[in-house]
Amino acid sequence: MSILLNQESRIITQGITGKTGSFHTRYSIEYANGKACYVAGVTPGKGGRVVEGVPVFNTVAEARSQTGANVSVIYVPAPYAAAAIDEAVEAGVELVICITEGVPVKDMIISRQKMRATSTFLVGPNCPGVITPDEVKVGIMPGYIHKKGPIGVISRSGTLTYEVVGQLTARGLGQSTCVGIGGDPVNGMKHLDVIKMFNDDPATEGVVICGEIGGTDEEQCAAWVKEHMDKPVVGFIAGVTAPPGKRMGHAGAIISGGKGTAAEKISALEAAGIQVTHNPAEIGKLMQQAMA
Amino acid sequence: MKIHEYQAKDLLREYDVKVPRGVACFSVAEAVSAAQYLGGEVWVVKAQIHAGGRGKGGGVKVAKSLEEVRMFADEILGMTLITHQTGPEGRLVKRLLVEEGADIASEYYLGMVVDRAMQRVTVMASSEGGTEIEEVAATAPEKIHKVSVDPVTGLTEQQALTLARAIGLPEVTLAEAATLIQHLYLLFWDKDASLAEINPLVLTGDSRVVALDAKINFDDNALFRHPEITDLRDLDEENPLEIEAAKFGLSYIALDGNIGCLVNGAGLAMATMDIIKLYGGEPANFLDVGGGATAKQVAAAFRIMLKNPGLQAILVNIFGGIMLCDVIAEGLVTAVRETGLSVPLVVRLEGTNVKKGLAILAESGLSLITATDMADAAQKIVQAAGGN
Repeated sequence: MSILLNQESRIITQGITGKTGSFHTRYSIEYANGKACYVAGVTPGKGGRVVEGVPVFNTVAEARSQTGANVSVIYVPAPYAAAAIDEAVEAGVELVICITEGVPVKDMIISRQKMRATSTFLVGPNCPGVITPDEVKVGIMPGYIHKKGPIGVISRSGTLTYEVVGQLTARGLGQSTCVGIGGDPVNGMKHLDVIKMFNDDPATEGVVICGEIGGTDEEQCAAWVKEHMDKPVVGFIAGVTAPPGKRMGHAGAIISGGKGTAAEKISALEAAGIQVTHNPAEIGKLMQQAMA
Repeated sequence: MKIHEYQAKDLLREYDVKVPRGVACFSVAEAVSAAQYLGGEVWVVKAQIHAGGRGKGGGVKVAKSLEEVRMFADEILGMTLITHQTGPEGRLVKRLLVEEGADIASEYYLGMVVDRAMQRVTVMASSEGGTEIEEVAATAPEKIHKVSVDPVTGLTEQQALTLARAIGLPEVTLAEAATLIQHLYLLFWDKDASLAEINPLVLTGDSRVVALDAKINFDDNALFRHPEITDLRDLDEENPLEIEAAKFGLSYIALDGNIGCLVNGAGLAMATMDIIKLYGGEPANFLDVGGGATAKQVAAAFRIMLKNPGLQAILVNIFGGIMLCDVIAEGLVTAVRETGLSVPLVVRLEGTNVKKGLAILAESGLSLITATDMADAAQKIVQAAGGN
């Protein structure tokens, strides 16, 4: 078991004829069951082509009805990314993973509003994607650092997720699923949504959450963990040294109006019984201790 | 992106939000003729910088004669204004706004932000105008009234009226105030703002509702569809190294320490700064080279970091995914040779093609220090920078 993705997932790449879309589809197909999982691509006006061995359709609806795909991954440029999300949601895709960085916040507010009445899950935008090791990889993460196992990983940042996964794998701790939820202020699944799934997933025995400055998502997740989580959780919050009012790369990583500091998040996590390390080199070690 | 108060007020005028008459000025002579043009007997001379708290810092003065306008303009133009938002180094004032004086009966607060938890725009209003809203939030949160806006319907007249009434505006001004609030929301929405604040919003002696100050920030991701907003950018208000970094697609933020860091990915870059601090060092910058940095970008990153006179060592921390370690290593070697690096360099490479990357570094003959993991890197860089 795992969450969100497994070898039965059938995936559409939106923006497959672009440089980024075709590049990452190629590497994702090479990973584990990717060849069976990637069944369609979509680029408006380019239906009928074949890219990376995958048939291209003009619309998500067409791709879905022809192939039965239930997941879509989006690599389309930022100005059109929200429209691509809307299209996938309208076509009834169960899980939409938007990798694209730089999507206007207003576009996301509108797309999220449209999603309220649907059951589609959105991961991202501005995220590395989701991987269930040894089964399927959807996104831009390096597949080989992962290993199948009992740890769920949730993170707002791409390379910091790789760092954590690298540490876990080096200690022999494999991962059930790793979810990069992204660094934008208005996005899809939050730490809270993902940790609930990990709590219900029999294959997951412990969870690492990586947060960063900005917003209050980590605090909301912590409050839930305190009441409901029955598996060990360890955490790390990036940005203890970040100055207020400065956007630290990610659009969402900003301390504004005195809210969203690392200190606040760390104390919220600790108050919920989550073990937090201040040393990003020791996240794997902490998880190993928590599992012992 | 931030803009000046006078630019924000020009936008407000476009949206029929009442603001005092005023003129932006770049010299003392311009300030005096602006006052003459505006007429009346009282003028306000306001420093235009991208930071709040200007009044407390001495950047806003009320003049009661043209001679005073001249005196205050002379005093403020060219001053280094220090406020709680500028940091101790302050900001050089190069622009002024000269406005007609307002007859203030009472002051209110009106603000709009993107509420991340609600995933909507939230409109806030308070009877406690003129003070820091964070202060009000901390001491008297019940005095901040909020409504969440449905993106489909926009801010309704009913919502705007409720807010105007809640902050205690007189009955006769409610309709006018509600229209103002709705118009500000339209501006916020049309222009992809990320924050709009009218503090204070004032009720005048003759019962008009006027925006006495204005602060509007915009979503950088949406600037591509607002050339009219991009035109308002004032590069004098931004750190020159941050501007140069942006030209190369790098995200750079200057900090106070002596250890430069070059990292791929924002989260890992913050974590790298944190671990430097944890091991007793002080980061000199945040620098995210992004997910797919090229050798050219790495070289630019080195040049930018080396322009910081306080820099005493550089830590490179790369976890290669899409970014291949051998490509990065080649970029590093080129950058070090080009810049004639004069400070110690610690490199931690991990991820795709790491062995090839490390071999390139070893064969280069450069005197750099390699590290096996983040802890090792932090220890070595703090030592190299002469820290604890």
